[in-house]
Amino acid sequence: MDIITAKDLQLYYGTFQALKGIDMNISEREITALIGPSGCGKSTFLKTLNRMNDTVHGVKVNGEVKYHDHNIFASDVDVTLLRKNVGMVFQKPNPFPMSIYDNIAYGPRLHGSHKKNELNEIVERALRGAALWEEVKDRLKKSALGLSGGQQQRLCIARALSVSPDVLLMDEPTSALDPASTMKIEELMSELKHDYTVVIVTHNMQQAARISDKTAFFLVGELVEMGETGDVFSMPKDKRTEDYITGRFG
Amino acid sequence: MKLRKRIEKVINAIFFICGLITIIAVLAISIYMVVSGVPAIREIGLVDFLFGQVWRSTGSDPMYGILPFILTSVYGTLGACIIGVPIGIMTAVYLAKIANSKLGGLVNTAVELLAGIPSVVYGLIGMMILVPGIMKAFDLKSGTTLLAAIIVLAVMILPNIISISRTALLSVPEEYEDASLALGATKMETVFKVSVPAAKSGITAGIVLGIGRAIGEAMAVMMVAGNVANMPSLLTSVTFLTTAVSKEMSYASGLQREALFSIALVLFVFIIIINIILNVFLKRGDKK
Repeated sequence: MDIITAKDLQLYYGTFQALKGIDMNISEREITALIGPSGCGKSTFLKTLNRMNDTVHGVKVNGEVKYHDHNIFASDVDVTLLRKNVGMVFQKPNPFPMSIYDNIAYGPRLHGSHKKNELNEIVERALRGAALWEEVKDRLKKSALGLSGGQQQRLCIARALSVSPDVLLMDEPTSALDPASTMKIEELMSELKHDYTVVIVTHNMQQAARISDKTAFFLVGELVEMGETGDVFSMPKDKRTEDYITGRFG
Repeated sequence: MKLRKRIEKVINAIFFICGLITIIAVLAISIYMVVSGVPAIREIGLVDFLFGQVWRSTGSDPMYGILPFILTSVYGTLGACIIGVPIGIMTAVYLAKIANSKLGGLVNTAVELLAGIPSVVYGLIGMMILVPGIMKAFDLKSGTTLLAAIIVLAVMILPNIISISRTALLSVPEEYEDASLALGATKMETVFKVSVPAAKSGITAGIVLGIGRAIGEAMAVMMVAGNVANMPSLLTSVTFLTTAVSKEMSYASGLQREALFSIALVLFVFIIIINIILNVFLKRGDKK
């Protein structure tokens, strides 16, 4: 089942065309990795899927992206609802300067959960979902900024889970972390794909090979190749993909 | 080589002396305030001075109670904050987070101009427009009231609050706001639930600075407050701590003159307390 389908998606920053007609199907409950050299458009594509690009000045989009068979650029789309359903984890861990508890409860409160029991439950479930509960359950009221980088990133994942999305977008979520924290997050992602669809942008090709089911290779705003991760890495169809994954450029 | 070293030393010494001048000034003022302010308080008695409700410095049986002045200064400042703080914070939010560059630039220029207007001009405009307006609106014999002073002060503290709050809001990391938006918050929810709380210490610093300006202001309030030593209420003529000193200083002598120094000492203590509070908030902001 495809949960997201992009059709001839073109995106401009002012006059610069960052995406040149992307067609892509993203399957449910799989990890899709977007790889490619810097500036190839993979992050831009990711941010289009929950319309976070809207906040960038001078962005123009053509084409369509369907989420559950509904075009997300249609005029009747509630962007806040889209972003609730299509969660996002950023490159740099960005917990709010609040307590661990309030970080997680922030999203549910926005969407109308105010009862204490309900919030407690959501917070615990989200933290367990991000494999962080055991480490922080005794200091939920302490500032989230006191956590280590890896813990902060898992907190951000928990925060994204708190509003029960079905898609998680991750923009290089481990690039600011040490190897041990990276491994934890990768393990976590393999868990998450049982319940969520994960789309991850990564610079780290081993990471893409390790964790993803599908891999999409971007180059200067085009989707060069997409397929089963094993296939893309062992027998790429396109010469450019082969050059990139064998380290000839990028 | 030797010459360069010597020049270095001389320059160092010059900087040191410049720094010293400020310290000497502060120390000299502090010592002078205490030395000249304490004798009258001793003579009148601290309680009678601070809590006496009647100030009659020129009568045959003079009384030196400054509670009316203290309360006027406190109420005046509080009133100015009640009006000025919400407007100031909203303006700062608008400038930092909402306005497009064209309109924002215009408002910002206005704020900077507001900061540069001399207080006597505020006083003049208050006198010409506010005072008659209040007289008509409330059917009073005279419009020189605490209310007029509060309104003038509220406008005067706006630039302090706005510019410092705006800087604090601008320095809130964009990542916080992105995280909020990505959770499905609207722009306004993000501003009030993430940006403003994150800029809390800076905004508080702006407010405290505004309070400092309001409590220390003499010229503008002198022109609109009527300068009668009444216990304060919104529609009576009142005297602030600052104006109590300035209006009598030119002809005061003896104990009256000494009492004026004591009033200045009280004001001085107020300002020091405000500065300490300000420093606490600024330091708390640095830690983050």
